[in-house]
Amino acid sequence: MKVKVISRSADEFTRERSQDLQRVYHNYDPNLRPQEKAVEYVRALNAAKLEKIFARPFIGAMDGHIDAVSCMAKNPNYLKGLFSGSMDGDIRLWDIASRRTVCQYPGHQGAVRGLTVSTDGQVLVSCGVDSTVRLWNVPVATLTNSDDLSDNSVEPLATYVWKSAFWAVDHQWDGDLFATAGGQVDIWNPNRSQPVNSFQWGTDTVISVKFNPGEPNVLATSASDRSIVLYDLRMSSPARKVIMRTRTNAISWNPMEPMNFTAANEDCNCYSYDARKLEVAKCVHMGHESAVMDIDYSPTGREFVTGSYDRTIRIFQYNGGRSREIYHTKRMQRVFCVKFTCDASYVISGSDDTNLRLWKAKASEQLGVLHPRERRKHDYHEAVKNRYKHLPEIKRIVRHRHLPRPIYKAAALRRTMIDAEKRKAERRKAHSAPGSIVTVPVRKRRIIKEVE
Amino acid sequence: MGAKEDDGIHENILPPIEQEISDELNAKAKKYLRGEGADLKALQDKKLKGQLAVREEIYGKSAKAAAKIEKWLLPSEGGYLEAEGIEKTWRIRQESIAREVDILSSRNQYDIVVPELGPYTLDFTLSGRFMAAAGRKGHLAVVDMKNMNLVKEIQVRETVRDVVFLHNEHFFATAQKKYPYIYNREGTELHCLKEHGAVLRLQFLRNHFLLASINKFGQLHYQDVTMGEMVGNFRTGFGRTDVMQVNPYNGVVALGHSGGTVTMWKPTTSAPLVKMLCHPGPVSALAFHPNGHLMATSGKEKKIKIWDLRKFEVLQSIPGNAKCLDFSQKGLLAVGNGSFVQILGDLSGSENYSRYMGHPMAKGYQIGKVQFRPYEDVLGIGHSTGWSSILIPGSGEPNFDSWVANPFETTKQRREKEVRSLLDKLPPETIMLNPSKIGSVRPARKKEKPTKQEREADMEAAIEDVKGIAMKKKTKGRNKSSKLTKKKQERVAKTKRPFLEQQLKEDQAAGKKRQKLNEQVELPSSLQRFARKKTTT
Repeated sequence: MKVKVISRSADEFTRERSQDLQRVYHNYDPNLRPQEKAVEYVRALNAAKLEKIFARPFIGAMDGHIDAVSCMAKNPNYLKGLFSGSMDGDIRLWDIASRRTVCQYPGHQGAVRGLTVSTDGQVLVSCGVDSTVRLWNVPVATLTNSDDLSDNSVEPLATYVWKSAFWAVDHQWDGDLFATAGGQVDIWNPNRSQPVNSFQWGTDTVISVKFNPGEPNVLATSASDRSIVLYDLRMSSPARKVIMRTRTNAISWNPMEPMNFTAANEDCNCYSYDARKLEVAKCVHMGHESAVMDIDYSPTGREFVTGSYDRTIRIFQYNGGRSREIYHTKRMQRVFCVKFTCDASYVISGSDDTNLRLWKAKASEQLGVLHPRERRKHDYHEAVKNRYKHLPEIKRIVRHRHLPRPIYKAAALRRTMIDAEKRKAERRKAHSAPGSIVTVPVRKRRIIKEVE
Repeated sequence: MGAKEDDGIHENILPPIEQEISDELNAKAKKYLRGEGADLKALQDKKLKGQLAVREEIYGKSAKAAAKIEKWLLPSEGGYLEAEGIEKTWRIRQESIAREVDILSSRNQYDIVVPELGPYTLDFTLSGRFMAAAGRKGHLAVVDMKNMNLVKEIQVRETVRDVVFLHNEHFFATAQKKYPYIYNREGTELHCLKEHGAVLRLQFLRNHFLLASINKFGQLHYQDVTMGEMVGNFRTGFGRTDVMQVNPYNGVVALGHSGGTVTMWKPTTSAPLVKMLCHPGPVSALAFHPNGHLMATSGKEKKIKIWDLRKFEVLQSIPGNAKCLDFSQKGLLAVGNGSFVQILGDLSGSENYSRYMGHPMAKGYQIGKVQFRPYEDVLGIGHSTGWSSILIPGSGEPNFDSWVANPFETTKQRREKEVRSLLDKLPPETIMLNPSKIGSVRPARKKEKPTKQEREADMEAAIEDVKGIAMKKKTKGRNKSSKLTKKKQERVAKTKRPFLEQQLKEDQAAGKKRQKLNEQVELPSSLQRFARKKTTT
């Protein structure tokens, strides 16, 4: 007879000294965990509810400007620094961590329309409606910590006067040229008082300009004649152009997929394009109830933030048709500029009410240093939520956002109008000769033509 | 080319030992895959297909990792009992086992004799660390089984019919003469659950924190022990019974009745989910396999039946009486009858139960309850003169999971687990026959009404079918061509009739609707705006 029975001595399975860690044993046998799927579902439900409870995205407002904030610029070399320009010609450097002004750059007459920082983070370029481009020295990071704020106002390094009012400026990602938009597109060398190159295609004002993050010589502009134009500095003439039904207010390139850019349009939508294939948009991002004023990609390239005239900020996935998040406060007026911070965890908005506002990019994220156990718990919650996201209860909780009444009503109205249009189109198609009416997909509907 | 082929063959061939190991791992991984993967080929959506493919790969990897852990990393091995020569395992007595095993295990063989408080019933906590014993005459005891300490014993001076632990060893519920009560470990009475009435049998659903009871009048009650809310209260309508068991796999409560039926209940419906006639006579005992697919029932007609709950079919019918039944974690079945305990085992692995061990107790002991101690090779027996414990090698799961049930739990861990299990408390709606349905998508419903064209097409097809059938050659005089044509026409008419009748019915219904509308609107459309909205009374 051979016999063995389970025999566990307490010494083997418990700790020896009180300072030791408790021993933990695992057995992953599914029979030991009955109804594990139901338990997982309940956890997902609880995680969805907790996410809603902890969703407090607003961190604080940065007060100081005395007119609407018109433009912002990130300092690529210093995480905490942010520049903002306002409609009264004031430029400020903010310390985001303490939410205070570090220094001011007085000089512009009239509104500041564009701000950008050079690649090395040492020169700030600003332009405005007074037809001047001004170059400023950016204080060193250690200096910005000093407490004597707002006194250390500085003189511009250079001031260049040009023909027409400027609307936007952007610096090359790699290189020392910068481009301004206004009556035409001008390419400037910071050491010369006149542009080194000028482009014009069409007669209307160019309102935004953005350099490509991957290819330093390529830039995209949008103009008030509803066109988006791509330029290559190595060629003497513009490269390509697409004309849409409404004006594009801002453009942002995806930093991780530099052939793609997203255009913020007047018709409440954003359009993601592949720069090599402009006849059809890659994705249409819907959700805003009024013109989209500004757009900025997260450094991860997976999502972008938009600010709109409807007084809300939305965060979209780079390939998502609907917004992931919508931020609003009672006091925030029309949003003119938005920026993702360089660590992809905060969003900053500048609006008509003279304030800059700081938001979390993930509304329910826990700030501060996380214990590894806490991080694992957050990851687990995220995973179960993702696994059961299609179930009605969880979907309802995760999708729900409280909206201010005017926006809610505007959305309902818009939805009714769109539905009616769709219904009408369907009926018209059903009652026409087969093939005589072709349904144009949404991704093509707002594009008039592509010009080469 | 030849070299390439050679390479391909070499990749597949492993040395025989490794091959064996990989086969074993694959067999083990199957358990952790929890069913078939998604059928990717049937999918149209490319994006979804890609996402699911990634997911399936992760599942496969994690199942393999779990199988490897099971093979190499688990600290203990299961018990076993093997006969040598002409020995038979069922002839081996407890005394001979006691001689072979270590001292620690041999302490698990004992008899507690309390003849004047008897018959005893008992219950173990999920980890098998604590036991509650209840004597019919009102004796309640909580015992720490690790060091055989009596934690607390009280005398309630009332008939006690059943005892059951709640979520941990700190609380237990007893079915007493008139009502069930909840006590804490110190013996303080916390609650008297008057709504349940005179309860015969109690069960606790751990994941749902529900206390289920069946009372003298055949009423089934479910009470949430966290908030105290009465979740369900059903009259079974099958009379008095004291055969009740929870299926641990899905939380469904099964009742065995005197008519020979077994009914299965959930707290959200007043009718039983399943009603199966298991025995011609009264059902005397009931037990569920921990994997939820097997049920054992015993009838007063001297039959023990093993049922497959996926098909609701008898797998095996074993002759024998049973007063009480219990499945162990590894699937051994204990049968208690009179003063003899028999252990049946699925020794061949083909769901065919045969005798494995037996244990005769002292003459005159009437066994009332058998229960395997979780995570140990021990069977607890409650009988008329006290309680006993015997060794059954190979009955318990050798490896415990600290986060599921820990026999060496500290106070801190117990508190932590209490909070966690409360956070994961399942709502009563999650009790269903197939719990893997939770989180899955219901397939698209069939179209209710076929369209007119479809119906016509169906009719055409049916007519074509009928026309295609060759006529039988009949005897002389009945095979005339005119008769054949007539018959053919009859056939076609016969197939057409149901379709036409259906059509007629629908047309009539539509006509009625139209008529109704017309009745409502008598005025011409241009004058309708002047019509009175409400008729004045």
